[in-house]
Amino acid sequence: MLDKSNVKTLEKVVIRFSGDSGDGMQLAGNIFSNVSAGVGNQISTFPDYPAEIRAPQGTLGGVSGFQVSIGKGVHTPGDQADVLVAMNPAALKQHAKFLKRGGVAIIDVDAFKKADLDKALYTTESPYTEVGLDPQQVVEVPLTSLVKEALADSGMDMKSITRCKNMCALGLVCWLFDRPLEAAENALKNKFAKKPAIFDANAKVLHAGYDYGHNTHAFVSTYRIESDTIRPGVYTDVNGNTATAWGLIMASEKSGMPLFLGSYPITPATDILHELAKRKDLGVKACQMEDEIAGVCSAIGASFAGNLGVTSTSGPGLALKSEAIGLAVMAELPLVIIDVQRGGPSTGLPTKTEQTDLMQAIYGRNGESPVAVVAAASPADCFDMAFEASRIAIEHTTPVILLTDGFIANGSTAWRIPEASEYPEIHPHYVTPDMKDKGWRPYLRDEKTKVRYIAVPGTEGFAHRLGGLEKDYNTSAISNDPENHELMVKVRQEKIDRIADNIAPLEVLGDADADTLLIGWGGTFGHLYTAVEELNAAGKKVAYAHFRHIRPLPANTADVINRYKKIIVAELNLGQFADYLQAKFPGKKLLRINKVQGQPFTVKEVVDGITKLMED
Amino acid sequence: MTTYTAQDYKSDQYVRWCPGCGDHAILSVLHKAMAELGIAPHDTAVISGIGCSSRLPYYMNTYGFHTIHGRSAAIATGFKTANPKMTVWQISGDGDGLAIGGNHFIHAVRRNVNINMLLLNNKIYGLTKGQYSPTSDRGFVSKSSPYGTTEDPFIPAELAFGARGQFFARSIDIELKISQEVMVAAAKHQGASVVEILQNCMIFNNGIHNYISDREWRADRTIHLRHGEKMLFGKNNEKGLVQDGFGLKAVTVGENGYTIDDVLTHDAHVKSNFLHQQLAMMDGYELPLALGVIRDVEAPVYDLDVEKQVAEVKAKKGFANLRQMILAGDTWEVK
Repeated sequence: MLDKSNVKTLEKVVIRFSGDSGDGMQLAGNIFSNVSAGVGNQISTFPDYPAEIRAPQGTLGGVSGFQVSIGKGVHTPGDQADVLVAMNPAALKQHAKFLKRGGVAIIDVDAFKKADLDKALYTTESPYTEVGLDPQQVVEVPLTSLVKEALADSGMDMKSITRCKNMCALGLVCWLFDRPLEAAENALKNKFAKKPAIFDANAKVLHAGYDYGHNTHAFVSTYRIESDTIRPGVYTDVNGNTATAWGLIMASEKSGMPLFLGSYPITPATDILHELAKRKDLGVKACQMEDEIAGVCSAIGASFAGNLGVTSTSGPGLALKSEAIGLAVMAELPLVIIDVQRGGPSTGLPTKTEQTDLMQAIYGRNGESPVAVVAAASPADCFDMAFEASRIAIEHTTPVILLTDGFIANGSTAWRIPEASEYPEIHPHYVTPDMKDKGWRPYLRDEKTKVRYIAVPGTEGFAHRLGGLEKDYNTSAISNDPENHELMVKVRQEKIDRIADNIAPLEVLGDADADTLLIGWGGTFGHLYTAVEELNAAGKKVAYAHFRHIRPLPANTADVINRYKKIIVAELNLGQFADYLQAKFPGKKLLRINKVQGQPFTVKEVVDGITKLMED
Repeated sequence: MTTYTAQDYKSDQYVRWCPGCGDHAILSVLHKAMAELGIAPHDTAVISGIGCSSRLPYYMNTYGFHTIHGRSAAIATGFKTANPKMTVWQISGDGDGLAIGGNHFIHAVRRNVNINMLLLNNKIYGLTKGQYSPTSDRGFVSKSSPYGTTEDPFIPAELAFGARGQFFARSIDIELKISQEVMVAAAKHQGASVVEILQNCMIFNNGIHNYISDREWRADRTIHLRHGEKMLFGKNNEKGLVQDGFGLKAVTVGENGYTIDDVLTHDAHVKSNFLHQQLAMMDGYELPLALGVIRDVEAPVYDLDVEKQVAEVKAKKGFANLRQMILAGDTWEVK
């Protein structure tokens, strides 16, 4: 038996909690992540949950997982886990494949009876070997018994008692990774602020799990996880959806335009609506409308009324909103559309991640209907890109589609809370009073940017009519003139193209002297960047360019692309960004790495893919 | 206070409706109603969908938005909620408002957004050249129903009441005075005000409302309801509506023992919509079609309640900005 003095130091470690979707794995995982972030680790999380709210208990369809990577230089939740917590046989069966060779599986041995194994469709008497584990990797913990014992005198019924199992598991994992229990307790206190009895029970069980680890020396060693030296400041834990909501509020503060959200619940975007509904305390008006179309339409109405109009959705909702987005293109109103991408087509894989809406975002409307498209790279980047989408929408009076995805929307990270002064002022393109007498009309443009001047309803002297019908370039009256239409089509395109003068250039990361350039966009940043780091560390020369601005592309895109001999585009679809780039750079052969499984890349897949393409 | 004339609400655009279209009269009355209300053109917005009637915003010298088919109620909801100081008119037809836009119509009414919803009902699709609409009568023959429709129509009032509407009024395009009266009442009502105006399409459905609107029998087939007044109709107001069990009955005052005291007095403000609905369902056959303000009841208003809630929550939490709000949550400091 070894004491706690046997401590291993690790740069980063990956833990996966798995259980029934009613077992509270997301809560246990979240608390563990927050506690880790609080001690200075970088974190990256990946909640992997089923579409069914509560599938039958103990069955394969109801397994919910939460993976987190903690430590130093963390950009992804990790390909595979060092430690897998499996609350029942179904969880072990579904998630054993996510455990590293030589990793440790902690199981609730009380939940591995014959009936439990049958429910999870095991066919042999040796569940561990059946799922491909060496029984020595498995640490059997009587979690259910521990919880029953700890709460024997609580007066709670058996169902409520067993519901605390997740905290017992969390306590054990906290011991294993030397996490301060007080921080976990505080998180529980916040969670159950209004239910002191539930808090007491959970806290008791949390300690029971910790003490079990300590007293029985269930593991050969415990671990100390390294921390980065990170930028001083006040930090919080944030997921991509919350960061998106906050980025919009920051844009509202920096532009002086009140924020209006019109939305309709849809997985995995709904948390943006939830967060902004709470933010009435900051003056946000978030309206749950009767459908997706009403969501975008109310946002367009709010935008015409002088607010920053925003709608949030996922792929199916974006499809429903297309016609209305075309109206905002025609009326040239600022509008932010957030598409948290999920597996498609149709209902597809509602809780899983993909990058398959790119073409829909760029082209998915009737007519020549250009909008700006941007994409967030990570949970924290959702804040910056929601701000950026709003900035472009407001300063260029145009709809902007912000693409995030289920992976970064639900994944979380430790995030330094910025000062407002770290973000630029946003300048709405308003009319000035003197324009009234100088022939102002609704489609009068700044000739440099092609942006029209906005008059907010209620302003005297600027009453005007907008609409979906084509307008005359000079008079702004309805026009069917063929040549005028072509002129207006080109002007609307030109307006979007010229946004390139007002966005950051494309950066090249990794080994800039390489011949090979990896290209990515959106929420795959963490995996692609880590893959390039690993390749560089292994002496392979690869550079990396990550696109956050999709339409228009950054002005230096051609310079960057033309510098490299071999270009590989990696994305979670069948090659939509590669096709888009290929059309712009027909002379370049773009190689591709694609995956469409509803899951993020693993770093290994990317490393292997690049290595192979470099050798070809 | 500045006063305005109808002229102040007219734009310089050429009005492109067909000669003789009922929309001309409605437009002209709307200009007059706005002048009567005295709300400045720049504090007024007119928002429409698609269809003949939805061209209307171009003919107004107010803020205006000609949007997409069926969606104007949703766009008007966002507009009004974002900027409750503006007076908002939402214009649609029977196809725009009740077919493609039916969902937004009922939800705007249910929410009781403070917008004035003019529904110009000509029982036909005019802009697409003559298909039956959701208000066309069963059996109606049109280009898309050459053998007659096999479906029942919506009765807009019934739909509005089903959506818990608190204001419903009706007029006919040629009843200029009643139209103006109901438009002004709609604007003064706080909440979603549905105004149905029976409108004639000269080209594709000429005379569809003649059974009601023809001068020869209009007095006998319609009744102009006014709050607090007896429900009388007929050329010489000789007929009245009386209660008949759970229903209504038309009688001649002084005949069969009915006196003026038996005739019902209109109460547009009573909370229960039971009688309002019966009045609104009269179709001119057995009982006269009701014109005027049928229901006008105060109820919580969506856009005002949103504002109120924002103000209350803001005052309670007292955050000056985003950063303060985040700092009040779970945080830790790295030095």
